[in-house]
Amino acid sequence: MLDSPLDPLLALGIIAVAWTSLSSRNLFTGVILFIVFGLLMSLAWVRLDAPDIALAEAAIGAGITGALLLDALGQIGSDGRERRRPPHLRWGAAAVGIAVAGLLTHAFTDLPRDAGGMTGAVAAALPESGVSHAVTAVLLNFRSYDTWLEVAVLLVAVIGVLSLRRGVGLSGPEPSGAADDPMLPGMARVLLPVMVLVGGYLLWRGTHAPGGAFQGGAVLGSAGVLLLLAGDRPFARLPGALFRGALMAGLAGFGLAALGLLASGRGFLALPPEHAGAIILAVEITVTLSIALTLTALFAGARQPDGTAAPDGSAGSHRP
Amino acid sequence: MSALDWVTVTLLCGGGFFFLAGTLGLLRFPDAHARLHALTKADNLGLGLVVLGLVLQAPGPAVAAKLILTWLLALLASATSCYLIAGVSRGRREDASAPRDA
Repeated sequence: MLDSPLDPLLALGIIAVAWTSLSSRNLFTGVILFIVFGLLMSLAWVRLDAPDIALAEAAIGAGITGALLLDALGQIGSDGRERRRPPHLRWGAAAVGIAVAGLLTHAFTDLPRDAGGMTGAVAAALPESGVSHAVTAVLLNFRSYDTWLEVAVLLVAVIGVLSLRRGVGLSGPEPSGAADDPMLPGMARVLLPVMVLVGGYLLWRGTHAPGGAFQGGAVLGSAGVLLLLAGDRPFARLPGALFRGALMAGLAGFGLAALGLLASGRGFLALPPEHAGAIILAVEITVTLSIALTLTALFAGARQPDGTAAPDGSAGSHRP
Repeated sequence: MSALDWVTVTLLCGGGFFFLAGTLGLLRFPDAHARLHALTKADNLGLGLVVLGLVLQAPGPAVAAKLILTWLLALLASATSCYLIAGVSRGRREDASAPRDA
């Protein structure tokens, strides 16, 4: 099980960083340690032979979530409003946490060793799936219904965030021209083409090696976040209908594939082996587009409309 | 272990030394600008030596090119963030020392 001296160090490091992140008084320290935790988790996934999850964890867990948390922190201040909860609530929560941890440990140790799980069955069905990478085959063919619903969850999340802006658009205030620092826009100009290339590459690579729609979409979403941080206002140029259509594209792509297959008599999301590869690629492209735009919209939507911090929700009243 | 392996090990140890020095600087230097200087040393020379050592072990020019690209991207990111953090830190210092009128 432990075939490298690095593994126990990594495990201890993960626990130590998680504990320090949760227990630090300063919220900024906690957020930075959370980003480090995401990076260490991604290494752990690599050590567990799950490179797809490692890529997703690095891009989403450490990258986008870190950016969202730091942006939120910038609006509430690092001392935060820490409400001390009554002791019986805290002890109750600790008891529930310990009970769940105990249950999980029992379930984990109870698993039969070397049972192989579904690996054999997936490998046997892989030639008919249209792709040559087992993870993509499971995500987009054998269990595509689950992936479709995950895309729906993302759409619900972005609808929620956008609804909380009380009808205010996503583009921030007109730039005053005072922020002329060329460094961040200059870096963005160099990095954005690279990020688009990497995102597209990860999407294409998912058919035969670790990669896929979520990883590619996360990298493209990070590119969108970088664009926003560099002071650009991409949503000001994007027509509203196109924006909403692109957010829906992933869900719609999946839905069209499902209903089309149903109508042609094959069954709901039952991909025929001779066209499966093409259908999977088409659906993955729409899903990547949706995920990228969703993540960028989540970041943009979390910012206050008038660009200043208003932790008690009075931002609406400042709006000119 | 061939001669190439020994060179790789030496370069990796060199890179590790710079990471150690950068971490020590982060913990012990007195103010933000000195700490930034130490950190970017770790990114620049530390990562550079590590990447150089790994390039010697790369199975082909494509992998070697990707490793060097990783180093260049890390360099770009660390230089820009160092500049931005230094700007914020200098702004705070000026706010603290300059007289404020109401």
